[in-house]
Amino acid sequence: MAGFILRRILMTIPVMLVVAIVVFLLLHLSPGDPAAIIAGDNATTADVEAIRISLGLDKPLIEQFLLWIGALLQGDFGVSVFNKVSVWTLITQRMEPTLALATVTMSFAVCIAIPVGVLAAWKAGTWIDHLAMGIAVLAFSSPVFLIGYGLVFEFARTLRWLPVQGYTPMAQGFTGFWQHLVLPAISLGLVFAALLARMTRSTMLDVLNEDYIRTARAKGLAPGPVLIRHALKNAAVPIVTTIGLGIALLIGGVVVTESVFAIPGIGRLTIEAVTQRDYPVIQGVILIASFVYVLINLGIDVAYALLDPRIRY
Amino acid sequence: MMKIRHILLAAAMTLSSATGVLAADKTLRAVVHADIKVLDPTWTATYITTRFAFVVYDTLFAYDSKFQPQPQMVDTWTTSDDKLTWTFTLRPGLAFHDGAPVTSNDVLASLKRWMIKIGAGQAFAKFVAHMDVVDAKTFRIVLKEPFGLVLDSLGSPATAYIMPEREAGKPPNEQITAAIGSGAFKFVREEWRPGNKVVFARNQAYVPRKEAPDMMAGAHLAKLDRLEWLYIPDANTALSAMMTGEVDYYEMPPLDFVRVLKESPDITVRNIDPLGSQILLRPNSLFPPFDNYKARQALLYIIDQAEFMQAVAGDESLYLKFCGAYFLCHSAAETDVGSEPLRKPDFAKARALLKEAGYDGKPLVVLQPTDRPQYNAATAVLIESLRRAGIPVDVQSADWSTISVRRMRRDPPDKGGWNLFITSQGGPDVSSPISNIWFNSRCAEANPGWACDLDLDKLVGTWTRESDAAKRHALIPDIQARAYVSVPYVPLGQYFQPIAYRNNVTGVLDAPMPIYWNIDKK
Repeated sequence: MAGFILRRILMTIPVMLVVAIVVFLLLHLSPGDPAAIIAGDNATTADVEAIRISLGLDKPLIEQFLLWIGALLQGDFGVSVFNKVSVWTLITQRMEPTLALATVTMSFAVCIAIPVGVLAAWKAGTWIDHLAMGIAVLAFSSPVFLIGYGLVFEFARTLRWLPVQGYTPMAQGFTGFWQHLVLPAISLGLVFAALLARMTRSTMLDVLNEDYIRTARAKGLAPGPVLIRHALKNAAVPIVTTIGLGIALLIGGVVVTESVFAIPGIGRLTIEAVTQRDYPVIQGVILIASFVYVLINLGIDVAYALLDPRIRY
Repeated sequence: MMKIRHILLAAAMTLSSATGVLAADKTLRAVVHADIKVLDPTWTATYITTRFAFVVYDTLFAYDSKFQPQPQMVDTWTTSDDKLTWTFTLRPGLAFHDGAPVTSNDVLASLKRWMIKIGAGQAFAKFVAHMDVVDAKTFRIVLKEPFGLVLDSLGSPATAYIMPEREAGKPPNEQITAAIGSGAFKFVREEWRPGNKVVFARNQAYVPRKEAPDMMAGAHLAKLDRLEWLYIPDANTALSAMMTGEVDYYEMPPLDFVRVLKESPDITVRNIDPLGSQILLRPNSLFPPFDNYKARQALLYIIDQAEFMQAVAGDESLYLKFCGAYFLCHSAAETDVGSEPLRKPDFAKARALLKEAGYDGKPLVVLQPTDRPQYNAATAVLIESLRRAGIPVDVQSADWSTISVRRMRRDPPDKGGWNLFITSQGGPDVSSPISNIWFNSRCAEANPGWACDLDLDKLVGTWTRESDAAKRHALIPDIQARAYVSVPYVPLGQYFQPIAYRNNVTGVLDAPMPIYWNIDKK
């Protein structure tokens, strides 16, 4: 196993190199210029050109790439072309809200989806199954921003139970922290919970039709142990895969959710950097996101081996 | 007896701590229109950076509500009889946020940077022979020739912000990131979260002027302990936060939301900007057909300002039905001379002028920014107007970032260039022929579109040199009449962007941009 993990980690190096080259080229070959945005709407061509030169954007592309990759190899992600703050600082400032949102969302989704999926499979064909899956289809089909606006209207504007926007770090108190995360986590988590519930149900249905489940029931085991100990454990591999893939879904959803709820996370940082053509920030965020994604996939593979003794690397 | 004393003491302490809490809670949470990316006002002309500069920095002069420059950092000044030597003395008590006193060296370094980096400063520089330090608080500006706008240049929103010499003296192409001013509020860097929040604290050491606050002039009274700028990119979220009282002040609510905000009994919606903004159509003077002035004149006969303003602002209370003044209606430079062609569309006349200009019927390349709602709406009206006039259009839609690069290109329209785009400008600078940057007709030195009319520029030069305000004012009709011949741009209308604030916010001053001194929160 250790050898497998080491090999996979080493494999990330060429992957990250390819990502770096592709991201750099995509950004610099697409239209748009940060110098024009810095200069403002009413700038002259000379103003913009002066800023381009000061940012080094007038240099040949290959020279710009070598400068960037050289700094990157020394652990320097560069600085934002706009505010001159280091990219690493910007990312670390935004990391906590995004991690908090992703964790709470994932916990919420898993806590809701797996029991609902198991229940729907156990009661397959009954009204409980139809209701659960009906709600799942509705939740999966609803855009995240629409759910977000609906929750804000009801729970923030009408009932005034929760804040509309913003984020309070956990260090400033747990109450503020969770109050600011409830609505975003629900709006983002519902979509993922729906996907996970449907996957759990279908996987559980397959497992529940297996001979060993029939045997367990015939032995007189209670439904609880049959469902949890025998069925759910054997259905875990596809569910874990879905959770892993769901993190990619979550990354996309975080961008929307952070905008709707004004959470200063990585998603918003990315959107702002893209619209402003802040090249070093976009490059830094994408590289780190790619690295995290590779790690998640590695984590899923390791989880397979832990959950299923037949899988060995 | 002892017990009673203890109880009273405890009550007093509780009260004082409660008062302390209230005082500490004098925080204004304001939703700003953009995230501040650049702190250096000499590095960018974006509105958000200018507004930041007015919070943190102080200026030598500032406009009052009659748009007259009044002394701000300056205490007294004298002018020589030939109007070439100007001597200024700073008022006592001025200090930067790091505690250092403001000196003449700081002022001159800031003026020099402004004269290199900013258009208004560059215009000023053309008249300056030299600038000298007389003593720590006195400095002198000596002109090469008379310049009628010395105080206006030092007092307009495009003026020099006074920084410490060690910052202002940095190479012009090096961005200043320190943001150490001498204004009524200090920038709290450690709480700055780019893309989310900017925090300012009251400058306890600030000595305001004695005069009453009057727009940008007079006393800058910082009544708030703390000012937080929040960048909430989603307008619906910002609206909800305003409705629930999570934020106190919304400096640029989308015009679509104005009606909703007005309906709230807890919110005041008010236009604080006496001049508003001008939206304008810019033709590219480098290439046919708009390299011919007759083709540019044809545009005047295609435009119906009311249609544009309806699309841009919607609510009739937010725009003027017609404004033919290049230098804004309600300004001191307002005149309607020459604006007759703009009053009513006449497509036949437009076609005739285009024919005289030798227009070959090629589709006109119109740039449409899809992520700027007001420009997008106005461009949609423009496209429809051109088509109604029988002029083919090649619409190039893209995000603002892409458009802002393309409009800089001097290539032919069918090779990556363009024929027409829409932009806007606001504030008192528009009302001056020298600082209205889209009016600049100095060919290659002009903004994209490269308006080229040296006769018009000569008229502006004469206006600039005239030091008698009445005589200067009398030159405006001639300048505008000439502008309606060469048409550097077409004014599409004038609209007003109101602000919104909770009713517990008081002391909001009228000004061309949101300013935060004098504001209090109950």
